[in-house]
Amino acid sequence: MKHTNRRSLRTGLLNGPYLLWSAIFIVVPLFMIAYYAFTDSSGAFTWENIRMLTLYKETFAISLWYSLLATVITFIISFPFAYFMSRRSASAQRMMTLLIMLPMWMNLLIRTYSWMNILERNGIINNILGLIGLEPLKMIGTGGAVVLGMVYNYIPYMIIPIYTILVKMDPALLEAAEDLGASFLVKLRRIILPLSLPGILSGIIMVFVPSISTFYISQKLGGGKIMLIGDVIDRQIQTAYNYNLGASLSLVLMVFILLSMALLNRAGKDDNEDEGVMLI
Amino acid sequence: MKATERILNILIFTFLYAPLLVMVVFSFNASKSTAVLSGFSFYWYKELFASSDTITALQNTLILAVASATIATVLGLIAAVGIFRMRSKPLRNTVMTITDIPMMNPDIVTGVSLMLLFVFIGRLLGLANSLSFITLLIAHITFNLPYAILNILPKLRQTDRNLSYAAMDLGCTPVKAFFKVTMPAIRPGVLAAWLMGFTLSLDDFVISYYTNGASFQTLPLKIFAMTKKTVKPDMYALSSLIFITILVLLILVNILQSKSQKDNNRTLKKE
Repeated sequence: MKHTNRRSLRTGLLNGPYLLWSAIFIVVPLFMIAYYAFTDSSGAFTWENIRMLTLYKETFAISLWYSLLATVITFIISFPFAYFMSRRSASAQRMMTLLIMLPMWMNLLIRTYSWMNILERNGIINNILGLIGLEPLKMIGTGGAVVLGMVYNYIPYMIIPIYTILVKMDPALLEAAEDLGASFLVKLRRIILPLSLPGILSGIIMVFVPSISTFYISQKLGGGKIMLIGDVIDRQIQTAYNYNLGASLSLVLMVFILLSMALLNRAGKDDNEDEGVMLI
Repeated sequence: MKATERILNILIFTFLYAPLLVMVVFSFNASKSTAVLSGFSFYWYKELFASSDTITALQNTLILAVASATIATVLGLIAAVGIFRMRSKPLRNTVMTITDIPMMNPDIVTGVSLMLLFVFIGRLLGLANSLSFITLLIAHITFNLPYAILNILPKLRQTDRNLSYAAMDLGCTPVKAFFKVTMPAIRPGVLAAWLMGFTLSLDDFVISYYTNGASFQTLPLKIFAMTKKTVKPDMYALSSLIFITILVLLILVNILQSKSQKDNNRTLKKE
């Protein structure tokens, strides 16, 4: 009896600091968002911030559209790439993983700014076009540039999880299918795609979530003409100091993302607790 | 098939590295432009180190990264051991779900939620400035913690618990058994946790942007302020230097991870 008590006391002492920390700095902040969303600047209850959200219908729609587009494009490029990669030699795979992750460790601000230099009116592409006597293209300020920024910044998040699953796939499965006369498309549809579903789902989440909530990419590559939800939240908080409206916008964004993630996770339930996070 | 693969590889790697190439090339530009090359020079690197602002921001970033990674690793290690020993499955699942929140939520929501908490507390205490170095540090520890726990927990699961029971049978106290037996086995995970926290903190812009006070500027925040105006190549020089630093760190982590993998394979073979 005494022994069990000491054991649970020890476990309590181990868990105490983290439970306290996560309660104060993870759980309470989420309630703060709700609190600010439903109060005015004096702290009285109001529906006003929620009612104001209807003004931002178009912003939500355009953010959703661009981030979905970026996610789909990223997937279409990443899947064949990851498939080919998973069939290379072990050392080639290591090298390629490193090369794909490397740009990620350059700050997003700089990567995006560098794209601005490439795409802008007097930028690198237009300089090259000018040299061969072509008219300059207008790229900054278009939706295409913003989507390109999203694809560029988050594509490694799609490639790596798909590759991680594909590389573990048993080649005997494909050989067996081949022996039974399956064409490549049949193998793709019946074996490769279903088996890589968990990787595809985490890739989709990891590209979609930062894309729909970005504000820097749209600020720089959208040339101030394209406003996404992130831009609106940022403006309310950092420029207008309207924390209440900023909170209600954040609340909607958060609820939307958590709901879509719950739906996606239910579609491809995979409980593997032993998978650690990999840095590279 | 082979040709498709080659073309795809070339396209993707060109796409991934084009902006980095632009950055490095223009950091050596002789003129102020970040679009037209006019000659090779180290001018912007010299300029960079002449500005005390940049040096301070660099120092601040490193102080913050080391402090937040260290505190998060220690706290994460204690938490991982606690979660590992938890008997009740529902409780453990709840704790793991809460741990996942900062990783699932978009950075902007995490940043805004922490800022609202700090502002709320600041108002309660009647402070003029609710944001400071301390709030920035708390925010960085908070987003580093899940990664620390998720790096250490799998390593704990792989350890053989009989070894620490044996150590206790031979007279070790539980604490001593932990440091003598468990700790050496999970060390790669602990190191990876620290390095990951360090790089995440080094790289973070969005959460810092909402939780820092005006007196403490980090490099990403400085870069953000710089990119609001027209940028001179000194920012590219700075970025190229950061890039090299991160490259070295990554190679170190890679060596650590492949070493621990080899060790694992060796133990498996022995069995």
